[in-house]
Amino acid sequence: MNRIEATFKQLAGKKEKALVGFVTAGDPDTEQSLKLISAMCTAGLDVLELGVPFSDPTADGPVIQRSSARALAAGTGLSHVLGMIEALRRRTQIPIIVFSYYNPILAYGAAAFHRDALNAGADGVLLVDVPPEESEELTACWPDNRLCLIRLTTPTTPPERMQRISACASGFIYHVSKLGVTGSQGLPLEDIGRKVRQLRSVTRLPICVGFGISTPQEIAAVAGLCDGVVIGSAFERLIEENIGKPELPDLLAARVAVLKRETHPPSS
Amino acid sequence: MHPSHASLKEAHGRLPDAAGHFGPFGGRYIAETLMPAILELEEAYRRIASDPAFQQELARLLRDYAGRPTPLFLAERLTAQAGGAAIYLKREDLAHTGAHKINNTVGQTLLARWMGKRKLIAETGAGQHGVATATTAALFGMECRIFMGVEDIRRQAPNVQRMRLLGAEVVPVSSGTGTLKDAMNEAMRYWVEAVSDTFYVIGSVAGPHPYPMMVRDFQQVIGMEVKQQIQAAAGRPPAALIACVGGGSNAMGLFHPFLEDAIELIGVEAAGKGIGSGKHAAALGAGSVGVLHGSKSYVLQDADGQIREAHSISAGLDYPGVGPEHAFLKETARARYVSVTDEEALHAFQTLCRLEGIIPALESSHALAWAIKEAGRRPRQDLLVVNLSGRGDKDLGIVAPLLRNRKEEQAS
Ligand SMILES: Cc1ncc(COP(=O)(O)O)c(C=O)c1O
Repeated sequence: MNRIEATFKQLAGKKEKALVGFVTAGDPDTEQSLKLISAMCTAGLDVLELGVPFSDPTADGPVIQRSSARALAAGTGLSHVLGMIEALRRRTQIPIIVFSYYNPILAYGAAAFHRDALNAGADGVLLVDVPPEESEELTACWPDNRLCLIRLTTPTTPPERMQRISACASGFIYHVSKLGVTGSQGLPLEDIGRKVRQLRSVTRLPICVGFGISTPQEIAAVAGLCDGVVIGSAFERLIEENIGKPELPDLLAARVAVLKRETHPPSS
Repeated sequence: MHPSHASLKEAHGRLPDAAGHFGPFGGRYIAETLMPAILELEEAYRRIASDPAFQQELARLLRDYAGRPTPLFLAERLTAQAGGAAIYLKREDLAHTGAHKINNTVGQTLLARWMGKRKLIAETGAGQHGVATATTAALFGMECRIFMGVEDIRRQAPNVQRMRLLGAEVVPVSSGTGTLKDAMNEAMRYWVEAVSDTFYVIGSVAGPHPYPMMVRDFQQVIGMEVKQQIQAAAGRPPAALIACVGGGSNAMGLFHPFLEDAIELIGVEAAGKGIGSGKHAAALGAGSVGVLHGSKSYVLQDADGQIREAHSISAGLDYPGVGPEHAFLKETARARYVSVTDEEALHAFQTLCRLEGIIPALESSHALAWAIKEAGRRPRQDLLVVNLSGRGDKDLGIVAPLLRNRKEEQAS
């Protein structure tokens, strides 16, 4: 059983939902970033999505654009990100998903990436700009399916397409809660609920929901609908506002602890 | 002819394949949120491509509104100065709004209406595509929002005024270098949110499938007219076609009807301050294969796959990517890609003003600069067709101070 499967099974046993954290790797630099992420993992994060900074993040709002720019200014490339995963693996066994635009992976080489990501201890990869129509060129160079290719569904995904996406999915499904880029406000809970129910009818994989979720109330509401809640811009905002302060790792850890509580079953 | 070349030649006319690939290039590398819209667009485009009513309406608008056909003009004094092959200018500068961009926006706006969409968005660099989109939006009574980098807003100010007059909202984009790439990033971000009722009018043969195919098809009226016009004027086909390449739409529009003919195709990229300086926009000449803005093609990037800044005096060529069909034409050696510096383009700009009484766009001046060199190397009986993709009124704000400085330097 891979780490993703094990984690969701274990959480289900406790009737908990996963708190999935997105953090841009290397913001403000790899050393500090490693400290921040370690603190988050220790504080109870269930799954880490580690963002590879990219020069042209067309799916991201201003907060993650800026975090990406800071990481790039510090010289963070994909090889540094893999190095960070290796370092994190010595401290935590939570699933780590590489979250990237396609071009850095393409430049690294699809086969080399598969090998090095697994060796570093990554469990999956999510590519925001590679729909199923284009992913075969990637998976065709992968010798096995140990690295999960996480697929996305969105509010615009019709039922037939959902079926097609689920058929090639592994690890979990990432359902994008709303139209727009990361970090935008307002959550269409009814639509999320409907889409998750549709997904349940075509897949047995865990379903995580992300985009635009930041407050404890929102987490509690979304957690009631699916198996995991992804928080990105909310963490990135906290990092941005407190960059360089010695207490930042503690602040992030405290935030993780507060948010994690919302993923527990309502009775506890 | 070499057999593999023959089969390639055959393939050229039929590409892209059903998934939008030109060999290893092209495709649809976009956010999942956009996929249904892109598939819907492709389906709609395929239907109108064979719909006689749509095609009739398009032809009527191109003729009565956009002013087509545009003339093919033998530039005699330029030819004499170049001292070799005859140089013909395809006068896209005379099309309504002053550039070839209108061919595409008439087509896409008509398609948007056909699909029942009433809101248009577009990115623009030089502002010509923005003006053309604002124009057809006005014509059809649609809402129009144009994304433009702050640097381009500064250097192409007249076009910003035109867009506003035409009723479009110009959204300044300050991220990155504030140029075309950043405008396209922002347009895509906006589109992901507004995709249910908004049509994205991409301005070049770039972006995800079906855009590279669709924009090429809307632009190939240029090459089809040239084919007839050169026959009528000279009684024989040209030896070579020359066009500047930013995203590559005016070049694809000129080249495409000639892909299966034994005619040389030359695309001219912007060498900026020189390829060696690193400050250029020559994605085909000095870039490598990557994915940017939805398709796989050549891009300027570093070893980590981060997109590099482009540089060109011409806002319309100041883009680190290029349309995927050009990548394919380069890979199969069907077209040749060269580059011209800011300095050379500026010189060609002045030359055409003085010799022919035509003020060319700085983008088109790149094609002209190469054509002058190319003509000088070729025999008199050769005919060259240069795509004069646009007029240069928009560029006076850039050109005038540069020329003034130069005069002062010479005087001192
Ligand atoms: C006059 C003119 N020519 C050429 C271009 C470059 O675009 P493309 O390579 O798509 O023709 C532009 C773009 O703004 C333009 O305005």
